[in-house]
Amino acid sequence: MKDINIEEKEREFQAKIDADIKIEPNDWMPAEYRKTLIRQISQHAHSEVVGMLPEGNWITRAPNLRRKAVLLAKVQDEAGHGLYLYSAAETLGSDREASIDDMHAGIAKYSSIFNYPTLSWADMGMIGWLVDGAAISNQVPLCRCSYGPYARAMVRVCKEESFHQRQGYEIATTLANGTPEQKAMAQESFNRWWWPALMMFGPTDAASKHSALSMKWKIKRVSNDELRQQFVNVTVPQAELIGLTIPDPDLNWNEEKQGYDFGTINWEEFNQVVQGNGPCNKERLDARRQAKENGMWVREAALAHAEKRKAKMAS
Amino acid sequence: MNKQEAILEYTLRIADDSLLLGHRISEWCGHGPILEEDIALTNIALDLIGQATNFFDYAAKVQGEGKTCDDLAFLRLEREYKNVLLVEQKNGHFGDTIARQFFFDVFRKLFFESLSKSTDQDLAAIAEKSLKETRYHLKHSSEWIIRLGDGTQESHDKIQGSVDYLWKFTDELFFMDQVDELLIKENIAVDLTALKANWKSYISEIFQEATLNIPTNGWQQAGGRKGLHSEHMGYALAELQYMQRAYPNMQW
Amino acid sequence: MSSNEWPLWEVFIRSKQGLSHKHVGSLRAADAENAINNARDVYTRRSEGISIWVVESKLISASDPKEADSLFDPADTKIYRHPTFYEVPDGVLHM
Ligand SMILES: [Fe+2]
Ligand SMILES: [Fe+2]
Repeated sequence: MKDINIEEKEREFQAKIDADIKIEPNDWMPAEYRKTLIRQISQHAHSEVVGMLPEGNWITRAPNLRRKAVLLAKVQDEAGHGLYLYSAAETLGSDREASIDDMHAGIAKYSSIFNYPTLSWADMGMIGWLVDGAAISNQVPLCRCSYGPYARAMVRVCKEESFHQRQGYEIATTLANGTPEQKAMAQESFNRWWWPALMMFGPTDAASKHSALSMKWKIKRVSNDELRQQFVNVTVPQAELIGLTIPDPDLNWNEEKQGYDFGTINWEEFNQVVQGNGPCNKERLDARRQAKENGMWVREAALAHAEKRKAKMAS
Repeated sequence: MNKQEAILEYTLRIADDSLLLGHRISEWCGHGPILEEDIALTNIALDLIGQATNFFDYAAKVQGEGKTCDDLAFLRLEREYKNVLLVEQKNGHFGDTIARQFFFDVFRKLFFESLSKSTDQDLAAIAEKSLKETRYHLKHSSEWIIRLGDGTQESHDKIQGSVDYLWKFTDELFFMDQVDELLIKENIAVDLTALKANWKSYISEIFQEATLNIPTNGWQQAGGRKGLHSEHMGYALAELQYMQRAYPNMQW
Repeated sequence: MSSNEWPLWEVFIRSKQGLSHKHVGSLRAADAENAINNARDVYTRRSEGISIWVVESKLISASDPKEADSLFDPADTKIYRHPTFYEVPDGVLHM
């Protein structure tokens, strides 16, 4: 067999990507492609799992049985999403527990939005509607991502996500049509979540350091700013429909670009939260670390028992 | 006490058991020992909340005062909740949760098997549906009892400790009073004394495989069925009722 | 920390009677029983299945993508294995 050099392999690889042929686990891929994917997929997985915490905060306080069941099912789905994504990352040789440890050690990141606190029931509405909504805009293009297992995981995730946003909007609508107290609760919550939701799309295209290569490799398919703009365009009318006010004095319909102009995002706040200085960074990490530490003896016991059983069967 | 009052009380006892245990298990969501188990526990919580909803719906219908399942679930006083003490106990560590669940699941499976033959069509139908879920819960908790009991020395000691601690709440599962007597005559309620031997023998069987001992101390705690709860109950209700108490008479 | 890590399992689900089991993803489990339970909770929450297979990932052998040419290309030229390779007169029925 003749030895193909790296450049030729890379050319072939890029040709496959350009032809929209999916890359599968055992296919040759540039080391940097693998690394970028592992980083992105695990970060995504961590976000799903940490994302359980802010909403989990309200499960025991949900206002009625229907909402309680819906919220439980929704938060449970996020655990499932985390799991599908960890599985996808494992096909690239990433070790799930090791990557979780990286997150716990602060080396690997998760979506900053989950470092914000949930302070009222209305936050369950805003998270489902805005945060899951923003996540969906990010995730839908990823269903066409070049890496097969990631794309397939995203298809599954997106299917499940569709109820998340609807239940959130339903909560927001119920509150907006409710008593003055409820309406105020909804608006106050909307004011807190609007800007962090816009930050979810990440830095501006100009400031984004990973984007170019990711676009070329079709790991990322639409730019941060484009996605953010789409999100604003669809969300503003949804807010108006239920009588909520967008907390942005600079928001204006721009006839020419057929989209909304909106105010400047507070990137200083974004950077601070990413660096660990958000309102709940410590609480979120502590909760996940504790879950892992407290579960250690359980996982060990299950393994030990499996070993004992195997030994028994063998003898 | 007439028959209608007895059915109402009887149904609330079942509903409250599901509600409080569902409440406790739901506290695990996001904090399970591993992601897969987090999802499994949440499924159990969802089943229990679903059962509670069905039984409360029926209780509201029997009561006939135009109340909803939520009124009953969220707006009673502590003394009016009739769940057994076992289900309101705190989650503790995973072993405590599993032991609590196991004792309850064994009981619940036998209970629903009988209740599904009740002459009360509504109770029978809800029991039938709940039975399928409960069989799975029991499989889940039994397997974990065995894994933890016959796992490592540490897990063995921990789960034996959980069993020893929670044992004192198990007799109350079989509590009966005039409510049961009245309804047993009508073939509506389950005669719980008839379930006890099977409950114990199933537990012995699983414990044997798990290398665990059934506690020998027979002293038991009770009170929940009469509305006298443990200190934990008030806090559980404070969370459960928070929204309904802080914002009365609103739709959510 | 990998000392207490549960092994990885691949999950196959039969979505309805009459269809074959299809690979849906993977998960961690201590043993086969645990893997089936976990698969039920993770992959069939929306009635996606009626039967589950699990197998430890390490037990699966896969063909090497580098050999894909030699394994699969030769079949491409054996077009006579496909019915469309053959010409039949117009008007012939039931063939
Ligand atoms: Fe998600
Ligand atoms: Fe979601």
